[in-house]
Amino acid sequence: MKKPLLHFNAKGIYCQQADVYLDPWKPVKKAIITHGHADHSRWGHQQYITHHTNVPIIKHRLGDIQVAGVNWGETFMVNGVKFSLHPAGHIIGSSQVRVEYKGEVWVFTGDYKLEDDGLATPYEPVKCHSFITECTFGLPAFKWQPQREVFKEINQWWQENREEGNTSVLFAYSLGKAQRLLKNLDSSIGEIYTHAAIENMNDVVRGIASLPQTNRITKDTKKEEIKGNLVLAPPSAHGSPWIRKMVPYVTASASGWMTFRGARRRRAIDKGFVLSDHCDWSSLLSAIKATGAEKIICTHGYTDIFSRFLNEQGFDARTEQTQFEEETAEELKSGASKQERL
Amino acid sequence: MKAFAQLIKTLDSTNKTTVKVKALANYFKEAEDKDNVWTIAILSHRRPPRPVNTKLMRQWAAELAQIPLWLFEESYHIVGDLAETIALVIPAAQEKSEKGLHQFLNEMIALKKQSEQDKEAYLKENWLCLDYYERFVFTKLFTGSFRIGVSQKLMTRALAMATDIDEDILAYKLMGNWDPNKTSFKRLILEENKSDFLSKPYPFYLAYAIEGESQDLGDITNWAAEHKWDGIRAQMIVREGELFVWSRGEELVTEKFPEFEVFTSVIPDGTVIDGEILAFNNNEIASFKDLQTRIGRKTISKKLLEKTPVILKAYDLLEWEETDIREQSYQKRRELLERLIDQTDLTNIPLQLSNNMRFESWQEAAKERERSRAVKSEGLMLKRWDSPYLVGRKKGDWWKWKVDPFTIDAVLTYAMRGHGRRSNLFTDYTFGLWDKEKKELVTFAKAYSGLTDAEFRKVDAWIKKNTRERFGPVRSVKPFHVFEIAFEGIAQSNRHKSGVATRFPRILRWRQDKKIEEANTLEDLKNLII
Repeated sequence: MKKPLLHFNAKGIYCQQADVYLDPWKPVKKAIITHGHADHSRWGHQQYITHHTNVPIIKHRLGDIQVAGVNWGETFMVNGVKFSLHPAGHIIGSSQVRVEYKGEVWVFTGDYKLEDDGLATPYEPVKCHSFITECTFGLPAFKWQPQREVFKEINQWWQENREEGNTSVLFAYSLGKAQRLLKNLDSSIGEIYTHAAIENMNDVVRGIASLPQTNRITKDTKKEEIKGNLVLAPPSAHGSPWIRKMVPYVTASASGWMTFRGARRRRAIDKGFVLSDHCDWSSLLSAIKATGAEKIICTHGYTDIFSRFLNEQGFDARTEQTQFEEETAEELKSGASKQERL
Repeated sequence: MKAFAQLIKTLDSTNKTTVKVKALANYFKEAEDKDNVWTIAILSHRRPPRPVNTKLMRQWAAELAQIPLWLFEESYHIVGDLAETIALVIPAAQEKSEKGLHQFLNEMIALKKQSEQDKEAYLKENWLCLDYYERFVFTKLFTGSFRIGVSQKLMTRALAMATDIDEDILAYKLMGNWDPNKTSFKRLILEENKSDFLSKPYPFYLAYAIEGESQDLGDITNWAAEHKWDGIRAQMIVREGELFVWSRGEELVTEKFPEFEVFTSVIPDGTVIDGEILAFNNNEIASFKDLQTRIGRKTISKKLLEKTPVILKAYDLLEWEETDIREQSYQKRRELLERLIDQTDLTNIPLQLSNNMRFESWQEAAKERERSRAVKSEGLMLKRWDSPYLVGRKKGDWWKWKVDPFTIDAVLTYAMRGHGRRSNLFTDYTFGLWDKEKKELVTFAKAYSGLTDAEFRKVDAWIKKNTRERFGPVRSVKPFHVFEIAFEGIAQSNRHKSGVATRFPRILRWRQDKKIEEANTLEDLKNLII
């Protein structure tokens, strides 16, 4: 039987006709990379192709690699197959991959969200026949508020902590969430301090987009100067000796997983803000509708549940195993978030 | 409802006890008295009976959310809390409700007698006019208890802060049977009311398990030792010719034990005894399993009374000659108790003294402890001779010194997602032991405690990668991991495939050093039955 245009094998999502992999998890010759998170951009490929704004990010992460940057919508042909990248809105530099061969169109989303977060180029629906989608939050229990509502809450929390003489420690992934927070925090409340892991990434992102001013926490940073201000730290800092400098402090985490009361309590974090860089339930459904696709392949997340629902809705949906890490609620606590695991 | 929902949200969003107490105290100061009484009732597990079964609630919530029921159920398995799931899937509020907590509770009580259509209409209407957190709290009132890290002790502390009434007095006022619908905040908390006290038990003094070595407790002559009987801890109250029996869970159980009625004819008025209810057959203490047959039933038949008689083993005397003597030393209270029992003709009366023992050395005490299983006790209780009877679980004067549990090495076979703070994590495990030929694993126990959070996360990640089959929330996994399981007792049972039932099984250790071939067999387990 003829292999479909894209299929899943031991190394990744493979286009045989072009001999190209999308976000492969084993070393390959030619890899198209959707975004800079470690489970999507791995080490060891001979050639990387990605959106040009993602180039400095993966170079920072992977060192000296051979990488080509392309623009949104710019097409490139490999052995008769037409490829192009389109904004995915997940984090800065994140894209969907469109693959066309003899009139048949596939789209692979990587990770994505529909809301404009003010930093990543906003998601654009791409018409296709087959749609490979993540469904990290593919349950009707997940419903995001508009981000201005969430930031109102976050800024208010910071303000209140400051009034009570506490430092606000906000945990976020070093790449993506940290910069999104930074871009939208109300810096008139106070100063923003950052953990080195986040500040290193900020330095890279500042070459691509503008970010508010931050203060890197070093061993020379005085305890007194941090007090009442806001500290952005990777989840791994929770419970580490590093955080003692922030005393007295209040902790919070911003993640889609904060939807669950249990997830927050388990982590012994004071406050949870529901803020995600992935689609919630209704945006997954509307994204799928907007592509016009009939075939849906669900990768990481609540794949079984989500594809069963899609089948009931009349789609031809199935799931495929990938090695994109199921971004679970546990990562935050274990501290082994995507970037820190490298 | 807004204020109460805000309170629950605040309590839920901090891990700091001081913040919780402050939030509660402020609430008590500011809320309406009627809401206060209900808040106290809810936080001390005095919810009105459930007016709607949860199956119907799930169905109606799924309808309102416009999702198939199976999808609602899957979501519930993952969220791990029904009220939370309902609050999450239902669309955002359209109108605002201004009703107070007590109004909702009165409506809830009235709802019990209404038709199913009325119940459906009531729930759907209210779900749609509450915001997310109010909806969660409202639904929680219908589905279960609030696990928000507020113990009765913590609530009492906040109440003391808000009212300037002593904590121990408040604890006493809140004991026993009171109906939030019939009392008022003034009557329950603020007023002194003698007649309310007729049936009231004292808060139980509870002990912690001993830490470290027994010798560390110092000179043994300061300590009384007695066996820790394995029954139901209870208070027996005789006042004004009436008998009241309270279980440790603050449940009035007088009617479950008609054989105790006779106490009113031999025990003087104004007496409260702390003791243990035990099944007692042919002059021997019977098993806890036998005793359970007495608690589970609504009506106690004559046949059951004959088959499983009970006694009260007296530990302590809390009230004597209508006077609260908890402040007196344990030694003094024991003297009074022993004199009472000596001077009473107890022929055919189901009351016995739990003997206490004086040991010369800790070695001697340890030897007696070793004998516990043979005399049907769980171990020893150590009580300082000079200790008063305190309120609640306290360290220092009383210690539990239980016998070491039975242990066995078993293989993880099934896993289920946990609830509450373990939602979405596989933390509820089923374990199997080998059959004779070591060919097949036979399920023998479930356990969901004993690992650290970090270990649970590791096992959870492994389970997600090594699932064989899924049955709703349950997954069967590749037999690979060996755990040492501890349990308190073991009895034959035809309810389990293995033919044995273990009591309070829990995980003692993750034996990563052992291969599954090294796990124990069912025969090994059965050999532990005395």
